[in-house]
Amino acid sequence: MEHIIKVLPYLLEGIKYTFLITIVGVALGFVIGAFAGLGRLSKSKIIYWLCTTYVEIIRGTPILVQILFIYFGLSDLLGINLDKVTASIIAIAINAGAYIAEIVRGGVQSIDKGQFEAGDSIGLTKRQTMWYIIWPQALKRMIPPLGNQFIISLKDTSLFSAIAVGEVLYQGKAYTAAAFTYFEPYLMVAVFYLAITIPASIILRRVERRLDV
Amino acid sequence: MIKIDGLVKSYGELEVLKGIDYEVKEKEVICIIGASGSGKSTLLRCINLLEEITDGAIYIENVKVNDPKTNINDIRKDVGMVFQQFNLFPHMNVLDNITIAPRKIRHMDPKEAEELAHELLAKVGLGDKANNYPEQLSGGQMQRVAIARALAMKPKVMLFDEPTSALDPEMVKEVLDVMKDLAKEGMTMVVVTHEMGFAREVADRVLFIDGGFLVEEGTPEELFGHPQNERTKAFLGKIL
Repeated sequence: MEHIIKVLPYLLEGIKYTFLITIVGVALGFVIGAFAGLGRLSKSKIIYWLCTTYVEIIRGTPILVQILFIYFGLSDLLGINLDKVTASIIAIAINAGAYIAEIVRGGVQSIDKGQFEAGDSIGLTKRQTMWYIIWPQALKRMIPPLGNQFIISLKDTSLFSAIAVGEVLYQGKAYTAAAFTYFEPYLMVAVFYLAITIPASIILRRVERRLDV
Repeated sequence: MIKIDGLVKSYGELEVLKGIDYEVKEKEVICIIGASGSGKSTLLRCINLLEEITDGAIYIENVKVNDPKTNINDIRKDVGMVFQQFNLFPHMNVLDNITIAPRKIRHMDPKEAEELAHELLAKVGLGDKANNYPEQLSGGQMQRVAIARALAMKPKVMLFDEPTSALDPEMVKEVLDVMKDLAKEGMTMVVVTHEMGFAREVADRVLFIDGGFLVEEGTPEELFGHPQNERTKAFLGKIL
């Protein structure tokens, strides 16, 4: 029992990083995903292929490989010393961005063709139609899968213990190494993730109901 | 006002319009009739370039709409369109549906745009619906809002693509009445319709399209009373 209590300060320290990396990473990922998703609907072949290549590369490689590549590989190549937390945020942003790109593409494509035509017919430019007419409707439909992606990315941050970022799992591991006991610390690590993901799911469901999606 | 010159439209191998020539004069009400798949909606949609034109040309007030140098948005400002499925913006209330184009494109002052919207709503008999959302309206009401939305840009021409085809029968009249009022005010209108009563009463000219050709055109009296072409006779025989 004592370890359940004793591990808490470690995990509370770790959760700060888990939150920081997830929130900033997914927010940046949303911006990347919005552009890449719209890019995959672009009539320009170059933009389409650029965005498609990005999505396919990220979806086709494990996130653990991505973080090692960014943290060690890029630092090595460019001869810079990338901060661990920065590397983690970049990894989540690029990874979530690819999945969000597909969410955005699907959301925009789900909007009735008549909405685009109505926007065109009243004289709005393509950009105005997208911004004022399509995007608000599509965003509403994107909320459930975006919430899902947030939870997935949050759990993905645990993989960054591989580069010794002090997030929840890394902190739990550090504790086990010092205390030579495993069951209780790892149990608490799991509880910490659930303590975030379950409320997140409940909030998400409430938002969905309120928006009637 | 609208000059259609040798208009051809194909989708890949399929030729939908096979060379249409026609000229719509100012303040004329033109009704286009024909069977499903005859190309009549496609013809209408070519006018504001919702469909790309394969060959030939369309001129609106002597501006060629399918010229790469023409800014199509400038054309569309002056050409209102009403769709079969209304296509109101479901995330905006009635007022915003109507004011968005004048605000964003004509850069109209929001207050002025609202006044205009209220005026137009009164005109289509929906003065009390400004703050409703489309889903709270009946089909007939939605279509009247759609007409108000198109009118908000003060268009020179109004295009109607089967505006009453998606409506329950009891709502057809309220929409047609609004269109009749518009016609009386001298709006230039091109209407694709199955409402032969409307065509007979309101149209200046009726066009019969079949198989991608303009088969016959004339006043309602000529076309409905004394059709010349066999295909026109066959079509009218089936529906009247």
